[in-house]
Amino acid sequence: MRAGLTILFLGILASLPLWLDNAYLLHVLIVTGIFIVAAMSLNLLLGYAGQLSLGHVAFFGIGAYASALVSLGFKLSFPFEIVVEAKPVWLAMLIGMVAAGLAGWFIGRIAFRVRGAYFVIVSISFVEVVRLVAVNWVELTQGPMALNNIPPLAVGDFVFYKKPENYWLVLGVAIVCYILIRRLVYSRAGRAMVALAENEPLATSVGIDVTRYLVLAAVVSAAMAGAAGALYAHYVRIVDPDVFLFIYTVTMVIMVITGGKGTLAGPIVGGLIFGLLPEGLRAMAFAPEAQWIVYGVLMVLVVYFLPRGIVPALQRK
Amino acid sequence: MKLLEIKNLSVRFGGLTAVADLSFAVREGEVLSLIGPNGAGKTTAFNAITGYLAPAAGGIVFSGRKLEGLKTSQIAALGLVRTFQKTSLFAGRSALDNILIGLHLRGRQTPLAIMLGLPYVAREESELRAEALRVLDFVGLKKRQQELAAALPYGEQRLLEVAIALAARPKLLMLDEPVSGMNPSETASFMAKLAEIRLLGITVLLVEHDMKMVMGVSDRVVCLSQGRIIADGTPAQIQRDPEVIRAYLGERYKHVVN
Repeated sequence: MRAGLTILFLGILASLPLWLDNAYLLHVLIVTGIFIVAAMSLNLLLGYAGQLSLGHVAFFGIGAYASALVSLGFKLSFPFEIVVEAKPVWLAMLIGMVAAGLAGWFIGRIAFRVRGAYFVIVSISFVEVVRLVAVNWVELTQGPMALNNIPPLAVGDFVFYKKPENYWLVLGVAIVCYILIRRLVYSRAGRAMVALAENEPLATSVGIDVTRYLVLAAVVSAAMAGAAGALYAHYVRIVDPDVFLFIYTVTMVIMVITGGKGTLAGPIVGGLIFGLLPEGLRAMAFAPEAQWIVYGVLMVLVVYFLPRGIVPALQRK
Repeated sequence: MKLLEIKNLSVRFGGLTAVADLSFAVREGEVLSLIGPNGAGKTTAFNAITGYLAPAAGGIVFSGRKLEGLKTSQIAALGLVRTFQKTSLFAGRSALDNILIGLHLRGRQTPLAIMLGLPYVAREESELRAEALRVLDFVGLKKRQQELAAALPYGEQRLLEVAIALAARPKLLMLDEPVSGMNPSETASFMAKLAEIRLLGITVLLVEHDMKMVMGVSDRVVCLSQGRIIADGTPAQIQRDPEVIRAYLGERYKHVVN
């Protein structure tokens, strides 16, 4: 029953570009898909390891910038002379993930020292610092002029140029991320993360090294967010410092919380609803403002009536 | 043979000395109880031994290794596991998951192997599940395996706590008031369970206020008052010790026990 539903759902998703002849809608789905990958990665940190990072978009943006820069090639005169030739996009994307993962390692180490509200503040500050670097380090990032003409992903002669290809690429990455998170969650490592979120003193008393698993969650989560950022950069093919805007983190948090944090399907359900809703409402709404009012009201209703999220509410029945 | 040796342990909170110059040893295979009035420093000593608090002075040696400077998780890996005075569980998880978390040190899976889905990970997972069920069976909670820890009745929650600690396969199990809040029949069955734990070769250090239990299960009793030891002996000696009666048991105690 459950496996059947999963196959049906995946079948519909995979075949969508074949029967949906609407480039705009496909674009919305691609961007939503990229954000769902980011939301899934946030869920690992927030839903399982129990750390609220309001700076998650930093990893997304670092992945986007690092991947874009490596694929374009860049020159630096400060702090040391360095010239990087343009690299193939797949390699650039991997480097983007590694760069985001390193940032995650750093944040994970900090999270070990400052917890709760203090960590939330540190994570927000972290994004702000990264954003200021992106704005002001013009030699590297072009600042507000943005990185333009980012090449699309190419494998051999095949270029991910059109929307259907990009759609399948995002779907593929999302499935891989889902499988990785699923494996982690149902393992010794995932249980250790849950244990430290639920009851840290008890977790340490049975030998769980809190630092190790907090850092592991942060690194995996950040690398996945970085992958989403890299997908984004090579799909829209322009990256500017606005990629670090707080609203993107908020979008990810909304997707995770409404869908159900700490559930595998939560970010997908929440992501599909709150990723596609603004577009759906735009068609219906009589005034542009109404779209966001309805969005807000719906969100409040979900949080009020289903405080643990949509997926846990469905599972209970 | 001494399994755990505490030498001149002191713990201070600012100007307050919670534990002063505490020395005692736990011998392998015995049940040693630490008793004393509230605020005597029993739980503080527990916290210092297991690495939750840094002692101001003194040494702690566990099976030949110094514990100072080690993290709680490292101390647990050496075989010293404790439970908590207030009920402490992974409340939002099933009883089985609670034990699986307790089995953490028994697993060998690395994060990379997990993400790659290597076959040994799945094999180890099913071994851990079987082991978790054995542990639950030992404390009589096997039929509760799918229930949320938070939904269990109080007595069973306290048993589950001990089961989590047992899953970590301790050499020395430190129990902090395990039967507080239990009714007499729950306490009696807990005492029976403790006897079975002993048979597994696990040494027990117990902090408890239930004197019937302490006198019933202990080989030796150490009495603390205001951060220092005032008596150390067999249950029979402790019950007759005038200092202990004055500081903790009270004059009427003799009549209650006998």
